Amino acid sequence: MKRLHRSTTFRITLRSLLVGLVLSLFSSISAQEPVRIAFIDPLSGTFASIGTSGLKQLQYAADELFNSKGGILGGRMIEIVPLDNKQSPTDTQIQFRRAVSEGLRIIFQGNSSAVANTLNSTISRHNRRNPGQEILQINYSAVDPILTNEQCSFWHFRFDAHAVMKLNVLTDYIAMNPEIKKIYIIGQDYSFGQVVSDTSIELLREKRPDIEIVGNEFHPIGQVKDFTPYVTKIVSSGADAVITGNFGADMVSLARSIIDSGLDIPIYTFYAAYDGITATLGADGVDKIYLVHNDAGNPLPSEERLAYTRNFKRLNPNNDMTQFRITNALQMLVQAMEASQSVDPYDIALALEDMRFTNMSGEELWMRGEDHQIIQPLHISVHTDQNIVVDADNSGFGLYRDFSVPGEETMVDHSCRMRRPRR
Amino acid sequence: MLEVFVFSTLNGLVTGLLLFMLASGLTLIFSMMGVLNFAHASFYMLGAYFAYSISLKLGFWTGLFVAPLLVGTFGALVERYALRRVHAHGHVAELVFTFGLAFLIEEAVQFFWGADTKNYQSPDLLNFPLFTLFGQEFSAYRGFMITISVGIFLALYYVLTRSRIGIIIQAAITHPHTVANLGHNVPLIFMAVFGVGTALAGVAGVIAGPVLTTFPGMAVVLGSIVFVIVVIGGLGSLGGAFVASLMIGLLQSYAIASNLGMPDLLNLLGLEFSRDHPLNDLWTLTLPQIAPVLPFLLLVLVLIFRPTGLAGKREE
Amino acid sequence: MGKFAAWVGYLIVLLGLPQLFDSVLAITILNQMAIAIVFALSYNMLLGQGGMLSFGHAVYFGLGGFMAVHALIMIEFETVYFSITLIPLVGGLIGLVAAIFVGSFSTHKAGTVFAMISLGIGELVAASSLIFVSFFGGEAGVSADRTFGPPFFGIEFFQDVEIYYLSAGWVFVATVFMYLFTQTPAGRMANAVRDNPERAEFIGYSARRVRFISFCTSGFFAGVAGGLFALNYEFITEENLNAVTSGRVLLMAYIGGLGYFIGPIIGAVVLTLMNSLLSNYTELWMLYLGIMFVLTVLFLPRGFAGFIMIHQTAWLRGKLSSLFLPYLITGMPAIMFGGSILAAIEMLHHDGEPFGFLFITLDSGNTLHWLALTAVAAASYYACWRSLGQLNAAWEEANGVGDPTERGPG
Repeated sequence: MKRLHRSTTFRITLRSLLVGLVLSLFSSISAQEPVRIAFIDPLSGTFASIGTSGLKQLQYAADELFNSKGGILGGRMIEIVPLDNKQSPTDTQIQFRRAVSEGLRIIFQGNSSAVANTLNSTISRHNRRNPGQEILQINYSAVDPILTNEQCSFWHFRFDAHAVMKLNVLTDYIAMNPEIKKIYIIGQDYSFGQVVSDTSIELLREKRPDIEIVGNEFHPIGQVKDFTPYVTKIVSSGADAVITGNFGADMVSLARSIIDSGLDIPIYTFYAAYDGITATLGADGVDKIYLVHNDAGNPLPSEERLAYTRNFKRLNPNNDMTQFRITNALQMLVQAMEASQSVDPYDIALALEDMRFTNMSGEELWMRGEDHQIIQPLHISVHTDQNIVVDADNSGFGLYRDFSVPGEETMVDHSCRMRRPRR
Repeated sequence: MLEVFVFSTLNGLVTGLLLFMLASGLTLIFSMMGVLNFAHASFYMLGAYFAYSISLKLGFWTGLFVAPLLVGTFGALVERYALRRVHAHGHVAELVFTFGLAFLIEEAVQFFWGADTKNYQSPDLLNFPLFTLFGQEFSAYRGFMITISVGIFLALYYVLTRSRIGIIIQAAITHPHTVANLGHNVPLIFMAVFGVGTALAGVAGVIAGPVLTTFPGMAVVLGSIVFVIVVIGGLGSLGGAFVASLMIGLLQSYAIASNLGMPDLLNLLGLEFSRDHPLNDLWTLTLPQIAPVLPFLLLVLVLIFRPTGLAGKREE
Repeated sequence: MGKFAAWVGYLIVLLGLPQLFDSVLAITILNQMAIAIVFALSYNMLLGQGGMLSFGHAVYFGLGGFMAVHALIMIEFETVYFSITLIPLVGGLIGLVAAIFVGSFSTHKAGTVFAMISLGIGELVAASSLIFVSFFGGEAGVSADRTFGPPFFGIEFFQDVEIYYLSAGWVFVATVFMYLFTQTPAGRMANAVRDNPERAEFIGYSARRVRFISFCTSGFFAGVAGGLFALNYEFITEENLNAVTSGRVLLMAYIGGLGYFIGPIIGAVVLTLMNSLLSNYTELWMLYLGIMFVLTVLFLPRGFAGFIMIHQTAWLRGKLSSLFLPYLITGMPAIMFGGSILAAIEMLHHDGEPFGFLFITLDSGNTLHWLALTAVAAASYYACWRSLGQLNAAWEEANGVGDPTERGPG
């Protein structure tokens, strides 16, 4: 009898222990289930360095700002899931389906407007066909204006100023310089290059009708090995300045050819810094290369921002904080999650619309609800080695801020007719 | 107008001669083995990268001498241990192998040096303008490029036609068995020619690296053009390759420099189309836009009307 | 009888795979494989059977795809209205028309001239696709929606798995027709012209005409593959007709094995898997692809299919099972060696940071890891080398080599 009594007690104890264990395990699982965010960009191939850099910055933002401080939404860690699309629209489709397959509902993407466009249509189609399982697209870098105009979507949010907004600021800056009378526009022959060309001409005509456009040149992307013939045309046109939207190898070749020819005129660009370009241009590019961008060059606007960048550099000595807008995007995304207490894309989207946020640089950001376009201060910086605290490519050269425009003044009209989902 | 013409000619010359450096090696190799070495531009890329790494520690000039040697040795090893093996399986297999090799070298370069653009600088000694014409400088470095290219052509011509080695090589190209019977080590000659051919590509890389930027896509950008040249010039003909290189270099340069296009042609014919016309892209086409693909157009035309090329000697 | 069973088996596998692998990702990969199989088989018609090496085959695939996407758009806006199950046919027809046009001047000669013309045409078409934005949509390509056509027995093709079954049907039909082509006089003559064009001319066949027929048929099926692509992805870009895609199909056909009909199927499956899955485990997958390609060309010139087929004699003699153990004895150290090389490459890549390789964690900063790796590599290489003797002996035994009393199979 004693034995029976002991064994029953034993069984009861065991059972309750088991139940307790299972319950605690279950609650701990649901409390610690990470918030998973997909990152679809090139991680191999020709554009791998930019994609990998972006991934590192996103990972750093997640770890430094949230995971190391206890996570979000009551203790959940942010998990970044990298998916390599090799900069190809087809592979983007495959990675998208993989994301769907793994239950990832938020996708960060930025490199290449072509890919962003494809992703946008795919996500719209998917969301239409699978209500309740929608996917959210966080576009941190693709600046084709069409994504917040004709192709705008409720599920797409852009965290960089688009091409027309940037050109607006750039042309203001150029207009302030009375010495510039003749401008040569040269760019890659595709939609972005064409937007740069058309918009520059239109805006310059409004602001400085006395400026003559002495050249409007398009060249195929990635095919031109030597820009010297183009430079010959620039020289013979008598231009005082060059505007270009070129990026990557095309940008550095063009800049080198212009500088090598002895032409001492300013070159206004979108992407002529970082990823080896600053190091290659070096001393030859000082006070000649200008950039319009959303991130402040040196001096960095706040101690917090400087510390943040320095820490990133310490952990990733071969990378630079080239896309601070990734951090902005993540911070606003998390704020939307916290505000709506949800990780469902619909709730997040509603919370993101019209959100106002002050980032660690002290800049005021506003996510315009009508077209899901971020409104933020824009800056023009110059390539130099004077007063550079944070340099690029470990070269000693970097970007120095010369001109800034607050967010409200960068706004342009949009033609977005957003179809809102029925919920 | 005149300045544009002068500089376009100079630019075209520089490009053409550089292309010839690549095309000459390719022609030699083709004459030898009857197969187009798809990986030829990859050796060019290796030359640039080796020279870049060497120049970081030992300067540009050391790179200029050592890098082509490294590339040539690598090329000779590839011929000896890989290409010879594949040769037994036929021409298609050889072509496919060199295609695979090109792919592999591009990936290997990214593995060892990374995928970003390298800061390969031209030497300070040559960083001055040779002359200034119409406000544009022509750098001494480009003059140096022209000199080296012309020098190589002359040296090649002399060696191949006037020296004993050259005669043996020319004989081995057309009558390998007879030459072997005469006691010469034909496989060694093949290996040496392949090595020299790839070393030439390496030299082109060393010189072009600072000007055309050193990045993993540099082989792809130049590779197809070099094939076009070799085919247009006539497979197996060095003289034809020279003419074709200059022709393509100048053609591209002039095409870019001019602003001619369909609008001018339409004007001449008195036609005009609205912006909404479905073929608007065709009516607004300009010569500079299509300049990089003009060589391919030329290739197709030449192959249709004169398959042996301009000075074709040996056919497939 | 055996052949019929093989075809039935093929159909069963095609239809049955989604039952086994039913996740969204698996269906995506199966769809990719279907497209790749048709594309690679069409390429083999040119290269394996016709001996024509083309560097611009993606042109027919891409043009077919672009037309197919435009057809979908036209269906959506009711300019035309037909079932989307016929879309691959639209792609095929455009591929055929393009092939007829290009073939009219490119098939006069085979060999290097043909290869170079195909390269030139490929580059020209790829470049024009970026210039003629109204048809090709620029670098963002053209997008469409496949759900606006009339329902096919009630199916509206919202789900990818429905598209898979449609693709599988088309793959089966295309494979059957391409196989039948090899059995026709045209197909046989293509083989003859490949091997000896002069002789073919002597028996009265125009080598040029035979090549032209092969070329056009190949272009048709490439266009069908393009149409399948359009249905699956509902968009298409310049990337799908450029030199990279042409190179990829060459890789597929070659690795699979050119001399066998089933070769490209194997190549398509293997390469699709590598492309989709391997890239998720390592950033260096393209390097490995390049290495694999070069090794295949060097050591397995008849591809994977060739490697399988050389065992035919042993199988027919019933001695195949005797090779199992020798392969194991040589194979294990070979795999170890390969694995250690891979680990070394990954270590060099992950400079300084520890990473997971298969089931162990490696750190390139740790000298012990390097020593262990070198030891494993050296030992496995030696073991493999020593074991080659017994593999050789087993092989000869299984194939009856060197036995004068033994008769051949059959």
